Amino acid sequence: MPPKGTPLKGNNSPGNKMKFGRPQNTGKTVARLLSYVAKSKGLLAIVVLMVIISAGANIAGTAMLSPIVDEIGVLLSSGSQDMSKLIGFLTVLLIVYLCGIAAQYGQSRIMLNISQKTLNLLRKDLFEHLQDLPIKYFDTHNHGELMSRFTNDVDTVREAISQGLIQTISSLISIIGIFLMMLYISPALTCLIIIMLFVMLAVIKFIGKRSSNYFRKQQSAVGQLNGYIEELIEGLKVVKVFCREGKTNNEFAVINEDFRKSATKAHTFASILMPIMGNISYFNFTLTAAVGAYIILTLTEPSGALGFFTGGIKGALTIGSLASFLQYTRQFSNPIAQVSQQMNNILVALAGAERIFEVIDAEHEEDDGYVTLVNAKVDENGNIEEVNERTGVWAWKHPHSADGSVTYTLLKGDVRFHDVTFSYDGKKNVLKNVSLYAKPGQKIAFVGSTGAGKTTITNLINRFYDVQEGKITYDGINIKKIKKDDLRRSLAMVLQDTHLFTGTVEDNIRYGKLDATHEEIVEAANVANAHSFISRLPEGYNTMLTGDGANLSQGQRQLISIARAAVANPPVLILDEATSSIDTRTERLIEKGTDKLMEGRTVFVIAHRLSTVRNSNAIMVLENGEIIEKGDHETLLEQKGKYYKLYTGQFELS
Amino acid sequence: MLKQLLPFAKKYKLPAIMSPLCIVFEVLIEVTIPLLMSVIVDCGISGQPLSSKDSFIADILIKLGFAEKAGTDLILATGGLMLGLACISLLCGASAAYFASKAGMGFGAELRKSLFEKVLGFSFSNVDKFSTGSLITRMTTDIGMIQMAFMMALRMLIRSPLMFVMAISMAFSINKKLSLVFICIAPIMFTLILLIGSAAHKRFTKMFKKYDQFNNSIQENLIAARVVKAFVRAKHEKDKFRISNDELRDASIFAEKLIILNGPIMSVSIYACILLVLWIGAKLILGGSMYIGDLMSFITYIQQIFMSLMIVSMIFVMSVMAKASLNRISEILSEKPHISDDNADSTASVKDGSIEFKNVSFKYSKDAENNVLKNINLSINSGETIGILGGTGSAKTSLVQLIPRLYDVTEGQVLVGGRDVKDYSLSNLRESVSMVLQTNLLFSGTIEENLRWGDESATMDELRAAAKIAQADDFVMSFPDGYQTDLGQGGVNVSGGQKQRLCIARAILKKPKVLILDDSTSAVDTATDGKIREGLKNLLPQTTKIIIAQRINSIQHADKIVVLDDGKIDDIGTHEELLSRNEIYKEVYISQQESKMEQ
Repeated sequence: MPPKGTPLKGNNSPGNKMKFGRPQNTGKTVARLLSYVAKSKGLLAIVVLMVIISAGANIAGTAMLSPIVDEIGVLLSSGSQDMSKLIGFLTVLLIVYLCGIAAQYGQSRIMLNISQKTLNLLRKDLFEHLQDLPIKYFDTHNHGELMSRFTNDVDTVREAISQGLIQTISSLISIIGIFLMMLYISPALTCLIIIMLFVMLAVIKFIGKRSSNYFRKQQSAVGQLNGYIEELIEGLKVVKVFCREGKTNNEFAVINEDFRKSATKAHTFASILMPIMGNISYFNFTLTAAVGAYIILTLTEPSGALGFFTGGIKGALTIGSLASFLQYTRQFSNPIAQVSQQMNNILVALAGAERIFEVIDAEHEEDDGYVTLVNAKVDENGNIEEVNERTGVWAWKHPHSADGSVTYTLLKGDVRFHDVTFSYDGKKNVLKNVSLYAKPGQKIAFVGSTGAGKTTITNLINRFYDVQEGKITYDGINIKKIKKDDLRRSLAMVLQDTHLFTGTVEDNIRYGKLDATHEEIVEAANVANAHSFISRLPEGYNTMLTGDGANLSQGQRQLISIARAAVANPPVLILDEATSSIDTRTERLIEKGTDKLMEGRTVFVIAHRLSTVRNSNAIMVLENGEIIEKGDHETLLEQKGKYYKLYTGQFELS
Repeated sequence: MLKQLLPFAKKYKLPAIMSPLCIVFEVLIEVTIPLLMSVIVDCGISGQPLSSKDSFIADILIKLGFAEKAGTDLILATGGLMLGLACISLLCGASAAYFASKAGMGFGAELRKSLFEKVLGFSFSNVDKFSTGSLITRMTTDIGMIQMAFMMALRMLIRSPLMFVMAISMAFSINKKLSLVFICIAPIMFTLILLIGSAAHKRFTKMFKKYDQFNNSIQENLIAARVVKAFVRAKHEKDKFRISNDELRDASIFAEKLIILNGPIMSVSIYACILLVLWIGAKLILGGSMYIGDLMSFITYIQQIFMSLMIVSMIFVMSVMAKASLNRISEILSEKPHISDDNADSTASVKDGSIEFKNVSFKYSKDAENNVLKNINLSINSGETIGILGGTGSAKTSLVQLIPRLYDVTEGQVLVGGRDVKDYSLSNLRESVSMVLQTNLLFSGTIEENLRWGDESATMDELRAAAKIAQADDFVMSFPDGYQTDLGQGGVNVSGGQKQRLCIARAILKKPKVLILDDSTSAVDTATDGKIREGLKNLLPQTTKIIIAQRINSIQHADKIVVLDDGKIDDIGTHEELLSRNEIYKEVYISQQESKMEQ
């Protein structure tokens, strides 16, 4: 039974739980994520170019230092005053630097636009798709979980795109550049570095594995901690009433301590990598220095292959080139550590992206209806004619594919169930062979315990779910033929959970009819008996409401949601426990209002309180998905059946 | 404000001190190692004599007898020393990471604990002031922010300035004149980054606000999916979303485009320094006042100096960001509970269930214009059953909340057991006055655990007896796990009426002298409701029972019925008396009983 029931606050915080999961289908997700980034293909190419320029400028800048120093040395030893060559070098360096800076700024500025645009698109796709999902999806997915797609998951993608992309590329370029320089100086020593590279990768893997392991533990601990905080703070008043402060404090201390322990471990491992990598580079340095010096001292005149192997293209390792090689070994470890860290981020982001795509891939709400709702005019002969302007008269436009003709049927609000059987899960039938009819102008009520199938009936009328057996007709048309949007536009629903939006009272009522004038809104509020309390609010109809409606009582919120339905002025109105929090006196006033509004139209009422349904034309008593009794209040009382027992209090609705 | 936070670091003082200490050693070694490296390059490979080196490390090496070594021997010996130092540095670095994590997380845990304790001490009016949602964010997100900032500070606040000082002094020791280059450029860069940081902070605050609104509206949309579909408003919602999505994008770009200036500014400074140092250095060298070998070391220090400057300025920016969180936490820490035991006589216990309201007026906040309750005078004898009736907004709940002192009266006095409620300690008072709130909540855990909120030490028989009075025993026993049924995730979802009965059982288990039911049986059918009333009457004769209800059936047998209207007592009497003389009561009765009378 999806919509009803009062689930208790659980301890899980769904968003956190999976944050550190690993992506399942990496290749596909990467390609898909890149297709978003690729919307800015041209810009992206420029960014990559700029990254190459700035990383290249960085390496070139370093490489140019030694000829400059050499030139100074030459000047010093020759005693010449000709600085022109030095100035030339410095000018080149200045140009290299300027290019580097320009590229650095350019790449991050353009990348900022690309990443924000990508996120914007991703969020838009996600949101728009969510709007098109069937209600079933929302009934089976926790909204907190869906919410974390927008927050946690989009966030991880943001980090990977805005920082990961550039840093990974530039680190890789640095690694390749340094590697080539080393290879140029001495292939032999480079082999040594490659061996060390594997050692470093092993260390990274060892630590990375533990670190992500502890992070997973920390995430589950933080979920538990936040869950406890949420539950207890929400129930704080109960805690106070029962003087449970002490016990609650002790329980909290245990969970808090658990979190502290796992968080300490996770952070220790995460921050230990940098010092380890840094110190490994010292080891590299010493090793290379010793081997290099050994080569220089023992191989005084190397030739051929050996010379090339040890000394690169120059044919022999010199003291100067060993010194530069040593410089490069120091610069080597930093980009490697960075790439490894980025890889971790990227994996996390891919897992996030995968969850986002999962929602985007969920199946759309299907609509194969072709009967539409149009404005209509009836001429003196009783012929129905379609018109564009609003006439207050509506008709179903029914095209027939066989002969291409179109018939019009006036919208009246005649709803019939023909032997409807329905199940949410394909196993347990929630409705069994239900047949009923509601003629225009009738008020039909449903009573029965939770799970009896009352709300299911309304779910079927507006096609939140589709019937599996039997059919429902609306003005004689099978509702499966009616376009869903048009069907729903002809029905107005008021639910027990009011679901108001952040905005003014007027905005909230206007939700029922977006182009309603202020007068129409006041009129609707009058129907719902809400006008008097709204006028007493500090700013009347312009009073801001917050989503959780902290500033209104539940009863007042229900009045506003009734007004919202009233302004839509629908042929069929469904009230699903719409007045449960309103006192009986006010309820009667609303009843008078809606009776007047719905004169000649159809109303479905679902209620727990029998006083709410008493004035209905027909009351259906539902039990286990079957209508066990039907009739008006008096006939049902005379039958002395279940309704009678309910009414006289011998039976409980749960 | 910082002073307020310092005590929380106390428990983890040792790691909080050890971490920077380790970092000091790490930095010292980090600065020494390049010197050893230059010994390896200049003496080991190039063959210069050790004595030609000017650094303190060379002096030490000479004392160690390294002067006799040369070539590979010298490299291996010096390299060995270097690796030894590297090991120590690794140890220091790892310990620093450990200590910083321990101190940071410990500090966060302590802070969270005190905050939680503080919030538990809040009275209802404190809670109303902050709202639960904001209390939760403060205890989760805000503490997270501060914890991270604290850890960063531990790891960087010592390291970077120390690096800065060391590098600067090294540079000075090489050449004072050349160092003037930094002295000119560094402050400019530092100021620029700080300026950018503070400007960005404002833009980020705006962006975060947008982000909050953005998330809120998505959440509303998700929760209200049924409404959106029923009114066919998907297009409307998409349009709304597109606007706020674009606004969020623009706000993000607006804020972040400042931050990305940091990188280029840093590069400009470093590059400018290098160019100047090369030019001026060349002249100095040619003029004979500087050695050529020093030039390269000088350039190495330039990078270190600017790196640490950059980090220091980033810490500044981050601490500005954390300040918003700090403010929000500090607000809670300095909030005083509005209701306290201060004037209570801790030995006083409630002797019976009599209650008296003397000229009571009440409003929720001092600034409110009108009183919610006006001049209430009401006297209730111990053991009586009192019904309270009134329309939406007539202050029924406000009235009964004064009895367990969930709020304090604005004027007048409430007496329980013959004494002012303010005379009792809160725990003594609330031990004797049990209230079932309108928004009744059960917690995750088993049914038994939930009921035990009433009395930890109750026997199983007492527990079931209470559940029987509340008419909960039957349905609990019908669950496969009985009282061990888990109410948490995946457990049985009890219906609204069952939940209400469990809440009543929980309150009864306390064996209170006063029991208040605030519209607590609204989802229970009339027959069961009647049985509960019967049970309360017969099995708890000494307990004063106050029942707020919308159904006349629930209260018509009460000893006295109080009719409230707009915060005033409209009438008090029995069902029959009120029916004959009170308009409001009559009207409600008729609205509920109409068809019964027709029959």
